[in-house]
Amino acid sequence: MSATAQATKNQITLKGSVATVTEFFQHALSSILYQRGIYGPESFEPKKAYGLTVMAVKDDKLTAYLQAVLQQFSKWLEGGALQKVVLVVTGVASKEVMERWTFDIQTDKAVVSGSAPLPKKSESQITSEIQAIIRQITASVTFLPLLQDTCTIDLLAYTDKENEVPLDWEESDPRYIKNAADVKLRAFSTKVHNVEALVSYKADEDDMM
Amino acid sequence: MATTAFVASPARAAPGGQAKKETPLKFAAHSKNAGKMDRFIPNRSASNLDVANFNVSREARDVENLDALSPTKLEYKKQLAANLGQDGSARILAFKQKAPAPAEGFENPMASLYTANNGPKVKKTFRAVPQQPDRILDAPDLVDDYYLNLLDWGSTNSVAVALNQAFYLWNASSGDIQELLSAQGDDYITSLSWAADGKHVAVGFSNSLTQIWDAERCKPIRNLNGHAARVSSLSWNQHTLSTGGRDSLILNHDVRVREHITATLRGHEQEVCGLKWSPNGTQLASGGNDNLLMIWDAANDRPTHRITAHQAAVKALAWCPFQSNLLATGGGTADRTIKFHNTHTGALLNSIDTGSQVCSLQWNRHERELLSSHGFSQNQLCLWKYPSMAKVAELTGHTSRVLHLAQSPDGTTVVSAAADETLRFWRVFQSAETPAKAAKPAGAGASTMMRSVNIR
Repeated sequence: MSATAQATKNQITLKGSVATVTEFFQHALSSILYQRGIYGPESFEPKKAYGLTVMAVKDDKLTAYLQAVLQQFSKWLEGGALQKVVLVVTGVASKEVMERWTFDIQTDKAVVSGSAPLPKKSESQITSEIQAIIRQITASVTFLPLLQDTCTIDLLAYTDKENEVPLDWEESDPRYIKNAADVKLRAFSTKVHNVEALVSYKADEDDMM
Repeated sequence: MATTAFVASPARAAPGGQAKKETPLKFAAHSKNAGKMDRFIPNRSASNLDVANFNVSREARDVENLDALSPTKLEYKKQLAANLGQDGSARILAFKQKAPAPAEGFENPMASLYTANNGPKVKKTFRAVPQQPDRILDAPDLVDDYYLNLLDWGSTNSVAVALNQAFYLWNASSGDIQELLSAQGDDYITSLSWAADGKHVAVGFSNSLTQIWDAERCKPIRNLNGHAARVSSLSWNQHTLSTGGRDSLILNHDVRVREHITATLRGHEQEVCGLKWSPNGTQLASGGNDNLLMIWDAANDRPTHRITAHQAAVKALAWCPFQSNLLATGGGTADRTIKFHNTHTGALLNSIDTGSQVCSLQWNRHERELLSSHGFSQNQLCLWKYPSMAKVAELTGHTSRVLHLAQSPDGTTVVSAAADETLRFWRVFQSAETPAKAAKPAGAGASTMMRSVNIR
């Protein structure tokens, strides 16, 4: 590969960064749904991504749901409006929030507006960073409390106030967990967008010594 | 509302309190507004009203005093601060369309990782074994002889039982009774066995004769001789009939040819009371009053294995339906054990003490279970789980030793014949899928459990 090709490859465009982040969300959310057992394993199929085997959603309805959400995320990311993505896991019977997966996004506004030059970062580095987060999501099974009843998910997005609300989205409360225990997971950065992951779960009083 | 009123006029509070002192609890309990109003405090001498007033008014004023706030409020404030800290307070949006629900009856697969048992939760609920027999039939004159084999259930759903000299067929589907034959003189029937087609039945007599009868036409087909004493056990293997007698010989007859004796198996020293071909027809197991168990291969006339494991007569023999070389045997009064043998190697696999003489054994074709029938003192039928040999059920009812067992063609019901001259039908092998209609005859009227039919 010539030097220029390599150079352009490492250059992160806004579109490229948005695509990377959206793809990351797709895999991360699928992994969470699979690992936490919210949907049965028959709804998933293994797929190779980031040098790992991740579980991708196979079920039609769920795929359509996720695609719609991810499309909106892309739009917001392009405008630099997306600040946080939250996946809320609620128990169906108890209506309580069991888990809250937070992905904090910091956007380099200068790049979005086009005023600053495009940053450089090697693709392999981004891939390894994302790989680490996906691994951590899988590993989180070891410390997260078991989800006893069937759960549903809700996706929240923290956006800038200036943008208009798309039709499919409505205002919501943050859906915090009472007595939450937070575990900060790793982050990855495309230099345009910086995504940090965090999981909050109900710290059960009885379990604590 | 109450606080300020009392502070303003303490003088009034006292008489008011006194008056209502008799019925404060009653008032609170019955009033519809009990939950909404303050608890009525009858005697305010204990409370320092000035301090109380200060505290109440302070809470409203002093929001920043974090000590007074509850943990949830603290949490909320913390999160709110964190949220508001970001540039341009963010708007929180939730996707309107709700996520699809997981499949019906879905159980969190992670649960299996954390349960104490290893492996997924394949919960196999054990079926309830009815403790009462489905029906009881009268079998008067049934010979109380341990060494005879007087009961068999044919593939056309017909139970054959020999009562001393008479041979009866009881149709399990219709309930009809038919006397097939009657022995002459002093002779009595000593053994019987249905052929695989369910139409022919072999009958052994005390006069050493064996006869083959056509049960449909009620006609004798053939006489087979060869024994020197009574024919106590029979076993079919397609067109070969093996007969065991008190003369300790086992004869193999080919019932199609004139010279019917194809083999004479010598090995036992006393009466051959148990005789069974394996389901695949390659091996013959025989048990005798000499405590010996012999395994014969189809071609040879010397035993392949001569097993001396038992301490008493071996009458109960049963080949395992799901494992080809496994044989279960039961010993008599002095032995009382059920032993399991590998008939290829001759090895003894397991032996359990049942506490009572084992008269007969029947394997469950649907589950991995074994049914054994016993004598003194319980006269019970025991259902064992294989291979753990845990006793799953114990069926009592017979008042004398349960001599013979036979299994229905569909493998759900077992009939037991005992020295108390009754036949009892137990629905002990019912598999979970088959409905409970297998052994019930059409139009039987299942209302009465104890329907005794005299088949003399």
